[in-house]
Amino acid sequence: MNFSPVNIIGTMPEIYLTVLGCLLFLMEPFVPAKKRSLLGIFAIFSLVFAMIATFGLNGKGLPLYQGLYIVDPFSNFFKTVIYLGTIITILFSLPYLEKEEIHLGEYYGFLLFAAVGMMIMVSAGDLITLFLGIELMSLCLYVLVGLKRNSNRSVEASFKYFLLGAFAAAIFLYGISLLYGASGTETLSGLAQFVANPGALRPMVLAGMILTMVGFAFKVSAAPFHMWTPDVYEGAPTVVTGFMASVGKVAAFGVFLRVFWVAFSANRDHWSLLIITAAILSMIVGNIVALVQTNIKRMLAYSSIGHAGYAVIALLNPSRDSLFALMFYMFAYLFMTLGAFGIILILRRKGIEAEEISDFVGLNKKNPMAAFLMLIFMFSLAGIPPFGGFLAKFYVFMAAVHAGYTWLAVVGVLLSAVGAYYYIRVVMAMYMKDPVEPVEFTPNRMEGMALFVTAGMTVLLGVFPLPFVHYIETSLAILVP
Amino acid sequence: MTFLSVPILTFLIFFPVVASLLILPFYKKPGSDGAVKWTALGITVIEFLISLSLLIGNNPHLYQMQFVERHLWIPFGNIHYALGIDGISLVLILMTTFLMPMTVLTSWVGISKNLPLFMINLLVLEGAMIGVFCATDFVLFYVFWEAMLIPMYLIIGVWGGPNRIYAAIKFFLYTLAGSLLLLVAIIALYFVGGHTFDISRLSGQHYGMTFQILAFLAMFVAFAVKIPMFPFHTWLPDAHVEAPTAGSVILASIMLKMGAYGFLRFSLPMFPDASHFFAPMILTLSVIAIIWGAFMALAQEDMKKLIAYSSVSHMGVVTLGIFVANTQGIEGALMQMLNHGITTGALFLCIGVLYDRSHSRLLSEYGGLAKQMPIYSTLLVIFALSSLALPGTNSFVGEFLVLIGTFKTHAVVSSLATTGVILSAMYLLYLLSRVVWGVYTPKSYAMPDLRAYEWGSLLPLVVMVIVIGLLPNPVLSLFHQSVAHLVGQMQPSPLALLHQ
Repeated sequence: MNFSPVNIIGTMPEIYLTVLGCLLFLMEPFVPAKKRSLLGIFAIFSLVFAMIATFGLNGKGLPLYQGLYIVDPFSNFFKTVIYLGTIITILFSLPYLEKEEIHLGEYYGFLLFAAVGMMIMVSAGDLITLFLGIELMSLCLYVLVGLKRNSNRSVEASFKYFLLGAFAAAIFLYGISLLYGASGTETLSGLAQFVANPGALRPMVLAGMILTMVGFAFKVSAAPFHMWTPDVYEGAPTVVTGFMASVGKVAAFGVFLRVFWVAFSANRDHWSLLIITAAILSMIVGNIVALVQTNIKRMLAYSSIGHAGYAVIALLNPSRDSLFALMFYMFAYLFMTLGAFGIILILRRKGIEAEEISDFVGLNKKNPMAAFLMLIFMFSLAGIPPFGGFLAKFYVFMAAVHAGYTWLAVVGVLLSAVGAYYYIRVVMAMYMKDPVEPVEFTPNRMEGMALFVTAGMTVLLGVFPLPFVHYIETSLAILVP
Repeated sequence: MTFLSVPILTFLIFFPVVASLLILPFYKKPGSDGAVKWTALGITVIEFLISLSLLIGNNPHLYQMQFVERHLWIPFGNIHYALGIDGISLVLILMTTFLMPMTVLTSWVGISKNLPLFMINLLVLEGAMIGVFCATDFVLFYVFWEAMLIPMYLIIGVWGGPNRIYAAIKFFLYTLAGSLLLLVAIIALYFVGGHTFDISRLSGQHYGMTFQILAFLAMFVAFAVKIPMFPFHTWLPDAHVEAPTAGSVILASIMLKMGAYGFLRFSLPMFPDASHFFAPMILTLSVIAIIWGAFMALAQEDMKKLIAYSSVSHMGVVTLGIFVANTQGIEGALMQMLNHGITTGALFLCIGVLYDRSHSRLLSEYGGLAKQMPIYSTLLVIFALSSLALPGTNSFVGEFLVLIGTFKTHAVVSSLATTGVILSAMYLLYLLSRVVWGVYTPKSYAMPDLRAYEWGSLLPLVVMVIVIGLLPNPVLSLFHQSVAHLVGQMQPSPLALLHQ
């Protein structure tokens, strides 16, 4: 391992965040309980600081540490999304944690470390680095999910997530070891070379590949490895759910894409069928099971499984279309999911979080603004124009048709028509029924800002996506010319 | 042509949307309903007056798109913000802007709860509908096409009748499921047609027969649901019955036309061979729709349902005219679209007048209104006669042209379709005999004759019924060139001849 200045500078954002995260832990005992929100603001500034550092690195692809770590516009795009998502999450958390009485200083530290884990994931040029990133993220998330220590559901969710996550990690690691055993390398570029030579398709490589895919499918909650999602999403504190569902998923997709495009591109035919199966199963499970949910967090969990199904379609073909589709999808998905969870966590009935769809009944009467924002997020998630969710789906279907999978696009659109039902059911509850029980919706300034950003981006991505399209196009140039 | 230094089509699309923000300050302010109504009325009337300038700037001797605007919207996928109109869209845009003030007027007392939101929805919907008729980029078209669903969903679902939620969801899902296949067809066209979404570049190419058939079918579902054609029509009676009067008028008069517009703008010029291939099937479905719709209308007790089924029947005439694909047929179909918009819109307004007074739409509730509301009854009779295509009224022109056009090539189909005219006379005269004539039974509520705002909403329509009925030629000449060009594009290609 060579700690030359280039390597150090290249990983500066991660180093900043790690150091500042440690600092947060050290500062925590000295900050009085009433001023804990200062820690949150400190975390936001750390992220902004790291974001500036990342922008400074936005040049050519740099393989650092002998190819263990890759800093290129592609990873920088995902890092920027991770920063934005984490900042919005923190904006939502400050008042939420107060109300739920779980305002611990460590929360922000874990959030930053989780972000570092995700950054390592999207930058990993080597399967072991990748594994470290995934584990760093997952361990922080296990803790965050169980943050409500005196809530059974939260602890149960944390435990469930931990157990299943450990299994997934073991399977993933087993896959890596098989790949290493077959090829003698675990860098992505080395694997790519190995897989590309025709004699390499030994069962061992295939098995290793499938096992790593299982690990990724678990992280992006694609069926049939989605079982943990509803329970964990429901039990976790809503702000953590939002974080996992949006930022965590974006990072997992970033690395999923890189590994399968860079390392396993050569034997695409062997795994495209698996991806198609996962896509169809996820779309079916996500969209159909969501229909019968009454808890809105569970509903959004199933919806996120469905969205994973759409997004993996973009993995099928290594073209510019697919890459653009996936990146745009992740970008749009981040804002609409975070926004939807934001509304849920601000909305309260008798001081308790309003988690049931029935709590949204008649919201328009009491709070037209809240209802309108939720309407934007719901229609965007359903993929109705003129919101970002529509263009996201549009580009995914375009990539599928371009790759010759028109039938898959047809299956996708039909299931998204099914899926539209449960989104518009929320709109129906808010607008078309009369309120039964009064709910409060009193966002403070930070929450208001976060909602403004998420809703604004959701609309902007559908109406005037030009600057973001340019940004994504420059970011993907490195992977696909 | 520009207006206030904004290109006119962009102005027409976004003026109502932006101006609807003027209503926002009245949100949740008690006692501000009057101001909201007048603002909305003002906006729609201004919009109509400005849209008239299209008539002045339009050159009816050109078939090409006019008032063209074209900017790159999203570089990835070469998606443009491209607008333009020809004679076909011009007529439909004018009809839209003409009818919107009526929908505001008919909501004058009918809508009591959350009026500002209602008016904002109406205005946003107006912008989106005009966008549908203007867009010359396929993705932009699709964006407007789908975006319409949101305000319409809310209009039916929030301000509708007792069963409104069911109707709203049914409307939304039916239309969405149909349109999503259209989306796949659009994407496939992009790759087959040379990486463009430009409608004029996509039409007039010769695609392979298999592709034509598949893409035609995908689009067919989207448009057939919207029209609605015979097996896809079941959402319509529900949506009409539950929607508030303004919603019914917009649905019947404008949104149903979008399916037919889609056939004219996309299916025929892009897939001429597939259109010829499927024409027998569609003509059959149209005849079934004409007769079935009429019989269903005969059996209805609810006036709105009666008119809704009559819409199915009348739109059957439209699809008939489109798919016989000769000049008379298509011109007649366009006339029929325009006239159905005016007449059926007017009939729904008339039912709204009664509903505002008695809160019932059942035929059995009424009788002998000619004594109680003579002016209203006169207007109702005029509209009903127009709807049954009495010569001298507007609808006669369209139906007559379609039937002539059909008779030239499909005599049997034409004669079957003619029974629809007779049946429509049956159900409309039956409606009149139950409502206008007969014995007046005194009611617990007052049935005063037309009020000022009702005059305002009905009188312009009466004028249009008679003017178009007597002088159809100025209207026909607006889209004559466009239709001639379209029919030219429809000539079967050598490929299709090979198939036969």
